[in-house]
Amino acid sequence: MLNIAINLVYLMFSLALLFSFIRLTLGPSLADRVVALELIASVVVGFVGVHAIDTGVSSFLDVAIVIALTAFLAAIGFARFLERGGVKDE
Amino acid sequence: MSELIVSVLLVSGASFVILAALGILRLPDLPTRMHASTKAGAMGAILIMSAVALHFSESTVVARAIAFIIFILLTTPIAAHVIGRAGYRTGAELWDGTIKDELRERYDPGTHQLESGLEGKTEGGMPLQPSDRSEM
Repeated sequence: MLNIAINLVYLMFSLALLFSFIRLTLGPSLADRVVALELIASVVVGFVGVHAIDTGVSSFLDVAIVIALTAFLAAIGFARFLERGGVKDE
Repeated sequence: MSELIVSVLLVSGASFVILAALGILRLPDLPTRMHASTKAGAMGAILIMSAVALHFSESTVVARAIAFIIFILLTTPIAAHVIGRAGYRTGAELWDGTIKDELRERYDPGTHQLESGLEGKTEGGMPLQPSDRSEM
């Protein structure tokens, strides 16, 4: 029961990674890419959580917390960069 | 029984995440994509973490999962707001079907000045807005 669910969830997360990767490559603006990167980080966090259940190693949760933290900081830093006169899309 | 609940939480969380990814792939412009990724992505991560907490059901894991959920709830709206604002300011195109853009006539993309619409008006001799607004 749980094994089937875990495999299904792995499949769905892979599809989600694929979709957001397509948006990451298509763009069109830099802010779109940053949004896609943030969703990728959140999918990876989900991956790590499911892997923690799969293997029974609860220490993987620390990895998930660190990934979420760095994704947040990266988003803030990118936004500051854009607003302080980074790449313009006009 | 708890295995069943964990499976349901996992699959529903993954469904929310895949919905967010579909939204980010198919929606037409930056604010709508940001909307999809923030709400559905955060909900998916929260459900997955609840499944982790329920599966291990040790106090340390549950405490970490709750801390993670609070962290997600605090940071995702901030990050999305900041990215959306940066995208608007750098001139990301809005969708053709957008019917309301209240910032358009108030915001000057050259100087990054945002008007409130109250400039020059006075109330009892006092100006409602200070005349020399500092750079935001």
